[in-house]
Amino acid sequence: MTTAIDKDLESVVIRFAGDSGDGMQLTGTQFTNATALFGNDLATFPDFPAEIRAPQGTLAGVSGFQIHFGSTRIHTPGDMCDVLVVMNVAALKANIKWLRKGGVIIANSDGFDAKNLRLANVPEAENPLNNDSLSGYDLKTIDVTKITRLALTDSGLGVKEIDRCKNMFVLGLVYWMYHRTLDSSIDFLKSKFQKNESVMNANLKVLQAGWSFGETTEMFANRYKIAPAKMEAGLYRSIMGNQAAAMGFVAASVKSGLPLFYGTYPITPASDILHDLSKYKNFNVKTFQAEDEIAGICASIGAAFGGSLALTGSSGPGIALKGEAIGLATMLELPLVIINIQRAGPSTGMPTKTEQADLLQAMYGRNGECPVVVVAAQSPADCFNMAFESCRIALQHMIPVFFLSDGYIANGSEPWKFPQTDDLPEIKVQFAKERKADDPKFMPYERDEKLARPWAIPGTKGLEHRIGGIEKQNITGNISYDAQNHEEMTKLRQDKVDLIANYIPDLKIDSGEETGDLLILGWGGTYGALKTSTQQLIEQGYKVSHAHLQYLNPFPKNLGTILKNFKAVVVPELNNGQLVKIIRDKYFIDAYAYNKIQGLPFMSSEVVAKMKELLNA
Amino acid sequence: MTEVTEKLIPKDFVTDQEVRWCPGCGDYSILKQVQTILPDLGRPREQFVFVSGIGCSSRFPYYMETFGMHSIHGRATAVATGLKSTRPDLSVWIVTGDGDSLSIGGNHFIHLLRRNPDVNILLFNNQIYGLTKGQYSPTSEQGKVTKSTPHGSIDYPFNPIALSLGADATFVARTMDRDPKHQQYVIKRGYEHKGTSMIEIYQNCNVFNDGAFETFTEKSSKKNETLMMEHGKPLVFGDTSNKGIKLDGFKPVVVDLNDTSVNDLWIHDETDLLKATILGRFYDDPAKENHFPRPFGVFFINSDKTPFEVLMSEQSEAAKEKGLGDLNKLIAGRETWVVN
Ligand code: SF4
Repeated sequence: MTTAIDKDLESVVIRFAGDSGDGMQLTGTQFTNATALFGNDLATFPDFPAEIRAPQGTLAGVSGFQIHFGSTRIHTPGDMCDVLVVMNVAALKANIKWLRKGGVIIANSDGFDAKNLRLANVPEAENPLNNDSLSGYDLKTIDVTKITRLALTDSGLGVKEIDRCKNMFVLGLVYWMYHRTLDSSIDFLKSKFQKNESVMNANLKVLQAGWSFGETTEMFANRYKIAPAKMEAGLYRSIMGNQAAAMGFVAASVKSGLPLFYGTYPITPASDILHDLSKYKNFNVKTFQAEDEIAGICASIGAAFGGSLALTGSSGPGIALKGEAIGLATMLELPLVIINIQRAGPSTGMPTKTEQADLLQAMYGRNGECPVVVVAAQSPADCFNMAFESCRIALQHMIPVFFLSDGYIANGSEPWKFPQTDDLPEIKVQFAKERKADDPKFMPYERDEKLARPWAIPGTKGLEHRIGGIEKQNITGNISYDAQNHEEMTKLRQDKVDLIANYIPDLKIDSGEETGDLLILGWGGTYGALKTSTQQLIEQGYKVSHAHLQYLNPFPKNLGTILKNFKAVVVPELNNGQLVKIIRDKYFIDAYAYNKIQGLPFMSSEVVAKMKELLNA
Repeated sequence: MTEVTEKLIPKDFVTDQEVRWCPGCGDYSILKQVQTILPDLGRPREQFVFVSGIGCSSRFPYYMETFGMHSIHGRATAVATGLKSTRPDLSVWIVTGDGDSLSIGGNHFIHLLRRNPDVNILLFNNQIYGLTKGQYSPTSEQGKVTKSTPHGSIDYPFNPIALSLGADATFVARTMDRDPKHQQYVIKRGYEHKGTSMIEIYQNCNVFNDGAFETFTEKSSKKNETLMMEHGKPLVFGDTSNKGIKLDGFKPVVVDLNDTSVNDLWIHDETDLLKATILGRFYDDPAKENHFPRPFGVFFINSDKTPFEVLMSEQSEAAKEKGLGDLNKLIAGRETWVVN
């Protein structure tokens, strides 16, 4: 029986790492679910390999999943981990830099055999399990493969299938270490493998074996307790960004009473939105996997013309292809939401790595003067809100809207105090009404106080009209090459975007005072890291505040005032300086750019260090 | 479909916009034929939508008093797919040219055909780029001297009929600007077909490629050079209907009806893909000796392939069989917990 002594901790960071075939993502999500259900606050960060089928055992094939959970509020997946689980030597080599000194390593010794060492380019004499290179850490070596095989000798499964259960051993063991119950994973395995009982039983058995190993071994001096977090009272679930976005779009469809159409083409990391929406056909959702990105957006433009809530989605390279059609939608003045789940670019860049480098593309990346609305989600759960908002603005202002997210929040997860349908606002949409023969002629570009034109859908008597990409006369919509008219129309399309500032919330200071020495101004998926950093700086006595922009075009009306209330402004971004350019341009301030372009999120420690450097300069 | 209460006339489909094609352009005839037949289709005007891309032909929607969209180069096919998928009640027409649909929009064109939504394509083929002032197009004959090919084009041309059949189109036909009656007949047949109708229309660009189809359209040569296909009828052509096409196994041969009986001729069968494929390959240069006549009419119809929007709606309806989704349940997901 275990002699491990219970220890209380405020928060822990665990990183699961293995070959992409080792099921580390599943292990991580399972642990996340159990932890969320237990009531901890948490944030996760899946770190995928670039290639789906990278050669087994190599560094390129390493897949990681980091979870940060605690009894306090958690806003980031954590900078360094406390526990590193590695299924092979490649996983150790790729991830040891993320483990804090003195941290725990749980190593599957079978993954350190001659073959794995060779694949990871480690000379056999330098097997890290056998020399003292890991002496600064608390190393636990377990032959997971051997124990798993032993547990399943009578299962009737082949070696390959048996070995696929290894991750459940690790999961069971980590559950034991952190006093989690196996319940949620047992339910999960039962439903996942309901059609394959032998595989289900094997997984259940190994999961239990992992737990029992903890109970019986004397390898672990401690087990840990992390009390539930003090969070706002309410009903919670765990949510990933892309999941939340898909639900936000469905919610907007329900609240506007319009059927949803999603025209798209698969691309990492946006495809999960297509996968989710294609499951929601019972919500009047139609999904269309087009032949390419261009067809995806053009089909959506057709659907918007016909009266659907139309969306298209992609990542940077696909958005580049959609550029001309975004211009068309701007000229047509039809509602359209363009989803960009950003990834590291340019060109193919690093598809599985995060970046915020498509802001200027969203703002300016089209021919001609072509302003569109831009909003950005700041966390996994916030993807729901901003997806809903992007639809609201598109529909009520008859305009294309960019919804920006990124690979980090798209695949990251957090607990979400989700809304009830009744809490969500209605999105009022009114199609132009039928006309009789003696009514005045229908004017497709007549405008309301928001400068929005009527949405006149085909099939409505008396509203026959033509729209197109050619410059048009205001009100009539007739083709016009008139010099003055073009200038007026260009200004009008800009005014239409600018006016939206009256229909969005003011910017709030998220942490800190309304005035101070330094304003940290962020946008998008860096929210958690900037919040955590700001709070640490405030605790250390610095006069720092953090504000985070969800509306990027137009900006909230009070942004200018907020900027003036601080001695200095810094704009941290995961790009080479994009928001900062717009801020300098619009507000003529000497904003400082702080950039990281590594395909990785900010670590709060590096932000804190940088901010101190600025503050102390 | 809503009842048509008052009878529409062609003039009801004419807009107040001045038609801007060059005088003498073949586009005028096509516009006229479409405006002539629409009143007879039994649909109220507001149910017609014309979607176009870019090019001379793509100005078409501005001249049609219906709903219309002049979209971007090559993409009308994609726009129409989205519209028809979400609004199966509408009659959706795509107006495009050889550059628009076969060059920049080639990808969307073949994918539209394979998906088969119930839309009609009017492909104005003039074998030249008109709007950009006279460069060779993907259907221009090899060796064509144009502004961009002063030494003659080295590209082999596309054969739009063969391409469409290869992409599994379910209605493939050809007609010409200079034969109004035939045009009206073919376009109506296309409208009636449930699925994508690909109608290639030989259209004379009298400014940049005048006379490209003269051999087929001029009275003096038309009968000898064209093969007017009719379902269930033998393939006869020639000045005095004195020639015919016979099939020798899979090999077509031109025969003289003075020594071959009409009864031995190939009987046109619109539902036979193999034979349509052979006819689609009658694409010889009329200057070549022993060439085949150019076929006009309906090459092929397949009525068995369910249109895209019908399949899409069927899936939607099946998903809603147990009622519309419950948003609260969707958002809550499978596992929730309460924080007190
Ligand atoms: S350029 Fe040719 S195709 Fe275009 S309008 Fe003139 S004649 Fe017609």
